[in-house]
Order: sequence, then C-alpha cells, then structure tokens
Amino acid sequence: MRVLMAHEMESGQRRDGDGRPIPAWHIHEVVATLNGRPVLTIRFGPSVSKNPFLRFELNGAQPGDRVGIAWVDNRGDSRSAETVVA
Amino acid sequence: MGNPLDRTCDRRGALARSAACSLAVAAGVAGLPRPAAAATLAPGFDARSLDELRAALGLGVPAVSDQVTLSGPDVAENGAAVELSLATTLPDATRLLLVVERNPAVLSALFELSPAVVPAFVVRVKMAESSRVWALATTADGRVHAASREVRVTLGGCAA
Repeated sequence: MRVLMAHEMESGQRRDGDGRPIPAWHIHEVVATLNGRPVLTIRFGPSVSKNPFLRFELNGAQPGDRVGIAWVDNRGDSRSAETVVA
Repeated sequence: MGNPLDRTCDRRGALARSAACSLAVAAGVAGLPRPAAAATLAPGFDARSLDELRAALGLGVPAVSDQVTLSGPDVAENGAAVELSLATTLPDATRLLLVVERNPAVLSALFELSPAVVPAFVVRVKMAESSRVWALATTADGRVHAASREVRVTLGGCAA
C-alpha cells in the first residue's frame, strides 16, 4: 500500500514573518482498516513531513478486499478514504 | 507565499493509487474515537531526547539488534522530507518507533504492529539537522531492540 495524505503538518517549530510561532497543526493518528477492521494504527509526531507519505504491506489481502485509511489531526479534523484490492 | 496545494487539497482527503490497488474511493469524514492509548503516549511525543522518551514511555535501555533494520540516505539534501524505512523480524514485536535524536521532539512516528500488517514501513520525516536516527522495536517482554544510522542533512527541515 502506498498512501499520500494531504496535510500541512506544521510542526510548531516555525515562525511567521513577524517572528510569532506558527502553531502545531499535524496529523497525529492514522488507522488502516481491512474490510472495516482496524489492522494498523500509526501515531505521528510533529516531524512527519508535509503531505505524509506511507508505505506498508498487508498480510494476505485478497482481491476484492476493502482497504481504508483514516487520519485525525491535533485539531480534531479527520479524513478517510477506501480502496479495493485489485 | 501561499501553498499551491491549498486550493486543491484543503477539503479533500487524498489517497494515492497504490501499485496493487485499483481506486474506489468513498471519502467522508470519519469521527475516530481516540483510544486511551493516545493519551498515555502523548508525553512520548513531547520528549526532547532519547532519555526523556524512554522515561515518558517506560522503555528499557535499547539493545542493538540485527532483527531491527533502519535504512535511509547517508546524506539527505532536503531535511524537510527524508525517506526512512524501518522494519523488524522479531516475531513478538508490539511497536516500532522512529526517533530522530537531534529533532526538537525526537519521536517522529510510532507504529502499533498487528499480524495483519508486515512490520516494515516507509515514511518521510523532517530532520532539523544531521542526526543519528533510531528504529526501536518493543517486544511483549518489555525489551527494546534497536537499529540506528547517521543521516547527514545539508538543508535543515524544521524552519521555513
């Protein structure tokens, strides 16, 4: 599985043009599901790169299986998507 | 200034087409319940050194093991996206942690392992400066197994 998530992943370390810290805003949890069942939980710190990229391999996924990815960020926003194993 | 991705990515989750999967997307907002584990791990994500991380998560002293692997570049041109691969062949590993020693917050990512997923991951992280990077695998007996490598960064990735 290759996953690309669209997110700024602001670490909280940067400052804006006036020198004020830009608040941390980043995905902190990613859950992968296989046919609706959670199979992988990943917790991200603030240092995962912008537009997080992940690569991992499922054991024994069959054609027709549904694989889902859902993420939650530190503001409580969340997104999810599903794909079907070919 | 302004991120060219803002307009297209602002309100849509994006799942890239995997080499092995055809795409049938049902995008929506998932209200994920936060498991209790998230709260107990939070101090780990604030840790500013490997020692603080070990104290925050109650980890023992890591022992270098050839059953944990960490690969990545020797020199990273762009510290904003350093691609690292970590894996373990330990049969009873429970978690894999990716630690960048010289980052302000050393814990980059933590993978909760399960039999349904091969314990091998590729992820891209920001590195503030050249640093030793660690892959730590915890096993059910409470031991911590480790692999590490030095990654030199020519352009640091944490500041604008």
